[in-house]
Amino acid sequence: MTVIAHKKTALSSRLEATSISIANEDKALALGVLENTPLPTTRTEAWKYTRVARLGKIAFTNQEATISSIDKYNIDSSAPTLVFVNGHFSKELSSNDLPEGISWNLLSDMNAIPATKLKLENEVFNSLNTAHLTGGVQLTIAANVIVGTPVQILHIIKGTEVISNFKVIIDAGKSSQASVVQGYFSEDGENKFCNVTSEISLAENAVLSIDKVQYEDENSFHISTEEVSQERNSLFTINTSTLNGGLVRNNLHIKVNGTNCNSVLNGVYLMKNKQHVDNHTIVDHIAAHCESHELYKGVMDDKSTAVFNGKVFVRPDAQKINAFQSNGNVLLSDNATVNSKPELEIYADDVKCSHGSTTGQLDDEAIFYLRARGLSKRSAHQLMVSAFIGEVLDMIKNENVRSYVDGLLTERFGWE
Amino acid sequence: MIEIKNLHAKIGDKEILKGLNLTVKAGEIHAIMGPNGAGKSTLASVLAGREDYEVTEGTVDFEGADLLDLATEERAREGLFLAFQYPIEIPGVSNINFLRTAINEIREYRKEDPISAKDFMALVREKSKLVELDAKLASRSVNEGFSGGEKKRNEIFQMAMLNPKLAILDETDSGLDIDALRVVANGVNMLKSENNATIVITHYQRLLDYIIPDFVHVLYDGKIVKTGGKELALELEEKGYDWIKAELAN
Ligand SMILES: Nc1ncnc2c1ncn2[C@@H]1O[C@H](COP(=O)(O)OP(=O)(O)OP(=O)(O)O)[C@@H](O)[C@H]1O
Ligand SMILES: [Mg+2]
Repeated sequence: MTVIAHKKTALSSRLEATSISIANEDKALALGVLENTPLPTTRTEAWKYTRVARLGKIAFTNQEATISSIDKYNIDSSAPTLVFVNGHFSKELSSNDLPEGISWNLLSDMNAIPATKLKLENEVFNSLNTAHLTGGVQLTIAANVIVGTPVQILHIIKGTEVISNFKVIIDAGKSSQASVVQGYFSEDGENKFCNVTSEISLAENAVLSIDKVQYEDENSFHISTEEVSQERNSLFTINTSTLNGGLVRNNLHIKVNGTNCNSVLNGVYLMKNKQHVDNHTIVDHIAAHCESHELYKGVMDDKSTAVFNGKVFVRPDAQKINAFQSNGNVLLSDNATVNSKPELEIYADDVKCSHGSTTGQLDDEAIFYLRARGLSKRSAHQLMVSAFIGEVLDMIKNENVRSYVDGLLTERFGWE
Repeated sequence: MIEIKNLHAKIGDKEILKGLNLTVKAGEIHAIMGPNGAGKSTLASVLAGREDYEVTEGTVDFEGADLLDLATEERAREGLFLAFQYPIEIPGVSNINFLRTAINEIREYRKEDPISAKDFMALVREKSKLVELDAKLASRSVNEGFSGGEKKRNEIFQMAMLNPKLAILDETDSGLDIDALRVVANGVNMLKSENNATIVITHYQRLLDYIIPDFVHVLYDGKIVKTGGKELALELEEKGYDWIKAELAN
């Protein structure tokens, strides 16, 4: 028997296979992918503008760590909260109970994790997450239950060359309604890597909204994949606010399987220094009579870079689809760059779709006008930036999340 | 108040102001008239500090300060106000929010305490009433969806809120119906005091029925070429500018 030697990356070299009870086939497949698949390079279409080669040079480990408090990270302090540090559950910092109608299981406590809906073939990060899963949680929202308070999941990564392969599973039952707040943060250490996957399903007539805040520091890598499926008459909303992080990549895939669904994707990103953010979204309309609304806006300063790639598929049977997609960017510096690519692939004939992308500077005339009234250049810029992203921030209906995000903007960008 | 001496300014390679002199004292109202393209708005922009223009010669003394040395916002904080000929729309920036920031930054510059929310709102009510600007408009995005007349009224509203020492109104009367014109003029007259001054740039003598100027200047080809009393405005409106050009040619 010949053993073919592959040029393996350091990435998973020091990691044990997960002890979590994931399906055997998934584990085998994921390990195989890791064995045989190199990290994507900029020649890989989906990673054209996002360089991950650095990750391959780091031999990450998964250590447990403790943090003293979540006060700084408590996005919605009214929400019952589950706290994870480096992917491991922190019982001390978490709430004991979630609201009525939501049951939760730690993945590490479960006897069998359902077979994954993630694509593993050729997907190094999904496979890494699956084969070396650290921990996570499954939330199940019972049918017909309207959950009044949001549930909050906070993940903090801490330490040097540490990885967390974290997972969130959300099953929203028939005619249920719930909202989930997710926050990703970091504490000290270099080259931290948070590799998250989410598998989210909305049963018929379910309503689920997610407010996700990403605020890890500039020494962090964050790759997140959300695999969402919607059955008929369901409404899914996700607001992603990326306000800090070294390299952040979000893969958001929404499969709209049933008719009369609504999918709402909003994103705001503000980066500076040498930060990099990449939002790759796919909305896949398989059934007729659905709507999707996508609005992403970003403000890039210094040498930061942003990527937006939004694909909307309208499959042959998906007639009467309204799909709107828009990405707007403001560059505050000559050295900041944005690569924006909205794409529509339509195979049905009776649809209403639009997409657009803009990248520009702040309006000089407007800045002059404001300064001529006595505002400093800084205040004028800030007002103009707030006005620009305000349209997206206004989509965040949870007021606690909104004011927390406003607070981060002040902290990070010195706004008032 | 302001003393402009031998002011030259260009944009790109094009010289627009060509040695302009003008002195305005506290308590005075000056009108500047002149044909299209003479440089009236350029003068206003240069005084407000628009960076597209390069001042190549001359001095401007504003209340003892070297105006040309100050950044746009410092000029505003020193008490200079420009009502724009074409006020722009700024979607998403609330009129009163930005005015509160402006007032507080001006106060900070003058080492005064910030205005309280209550006093600020009282001021908004008082001043919007003065210029008959709907309170709803006052709180909307700056000029967004405003009619031409509403934009001009909003300029006067902002002027009233900021209470400048020297206000330059660049064709604030153009395109207004008589009611709006009356409101604008009224605003200017109510704010008039012996401590401040106003320069109105206009094409129409009509405005000067409502705002009585102490001096009328003709700006032509980058210079003030004639100065007179308010009767000069009447003469200009009747006869146009050709006779002035002829006078200059001689
Ligand atoms: N950005 C620019 N680039 C080049 N030339 C300019 C620019 N702005 C103004 N000018 C020119 O400068 C001259 C003076 O313009 P300005 O706007 O000051 O005239 P004005 O007296 O205000 O005219 P109006 O009565 O039409 O408002 C004009 O010839 C104009 O075309
Ligand atoms: Mg003009």
